[in-house]
Amino acid sequence: LFAFAGPGLAAVLVLAFVHLPSFGHAHEIVGLVVNGVELAQRQATDMVTALNFDLRAFDTLGEEFILFASVAGVALILRQLRDESETTLEEELERHRFARASDALRMFSLALVPLLVAFGGYVVIHGQLTPGGGFQGGVVLAAGVLAVLLAGRYLALRVLAPRLGLEAAEALGAASYGLIGLGGLLFGSAFFDNFLPLGQAGHLLSAGTMPLNSLAVGIEVAAAFLLTWTEFLDQALLVHRDREP
Amino acid sequence: VSALQAIGLVLVAAGGGAVVFTREPLRQALVLGVYGLSLTFLFFTFQAPDVALSEIVISAVGLPLIVLAALRKISAHEREREDERQR
Repeated sequence: LFAFAGPGLAAVLVLAFVHLPSFGHAHEIVGLVVNGVELAQRQATDMVTALNFDLRAFDTLGEEFILFASVAGVALILRQLRDESETTLEEELERHRFARASDALRMFSLALVPLLVAFGGYVVIHGQLTPGGGFQGGVVLAAGVLAVLLAGRYLALRVLAPRLGLEAAEALGAASYGLIGLGGLLFGSAFFDNFLPLGQAGHLLSAGTMPLNSLAVGIEVAAAFLLTWTEFLDQALLVHRDREP
Repeated sequence: VSALQAIGLVLVAAGGGAVVFTREPLRQALVLGVYGLSLTFLFFTFQAPDVALSEIVISAVGLPLIVLAALRKISAHEREREDERQR
């Protein structure tokens, strides 16, 4: 069957590729419009963020809730079953020293935590100015907190980022993103209308609702990733099946 | 296509093959992380720093961590079963 379909596919692909613009010379009309509109009318300098949080903010709302729903799914599947129980914290501290990590690794990871968190925060806040934005910064933030794990302190991580707090932060981020959209409906003309003062391009507080959107998404993404990771690590490190009597 | 971009493309092609041809899951998770780094390099040379930034965290930390946790859970599960059989 493949002998029949293969050449056909190849022929169609060749036909399609022949008509592609040559490398580096594609100047699509949409790209030109975005480059023109966003700087002049929205005072944003990072076009990717401008696209995500302004021109197609509604699509980002969809993506936001895809992430939200999938993390909820992970949490649901990895819940504690009836015949499972979690090792208590004290017991775990006694028995389990996560990884026989060398002192150098521990020190380095601990030193990495503030750097990563600061960088993540920077990327989130400067979303509309420099490359990055809510999603990218949120992931870096989550990784920063996770570096505590590499330092061999999984339980410290659990204390630092309690389950309930993560869930609340995730919900808060998702909800505030939606609410900013509603704000556009209330104060502007349409859902996700950019209703805040635009300020001046290059300033920290510019481009209207974009920094707010970026912040909301950053919080949601960071919490979502930490939640997923801790769910998995809980399963791997703490949860075990009760022995049958 | 500049030299850096060409290097990136070759790296990604080789890395993708390496991931597929690594049979052992544990090793595969680590190779996948390295492959993600080459993808990051590719995105960066093609002027997409936004994508590169998220790719580097997802591929180097996010995905391998989940795979490793799952592998550990599975091996613990199998050990448990082995114990039960012996009793």
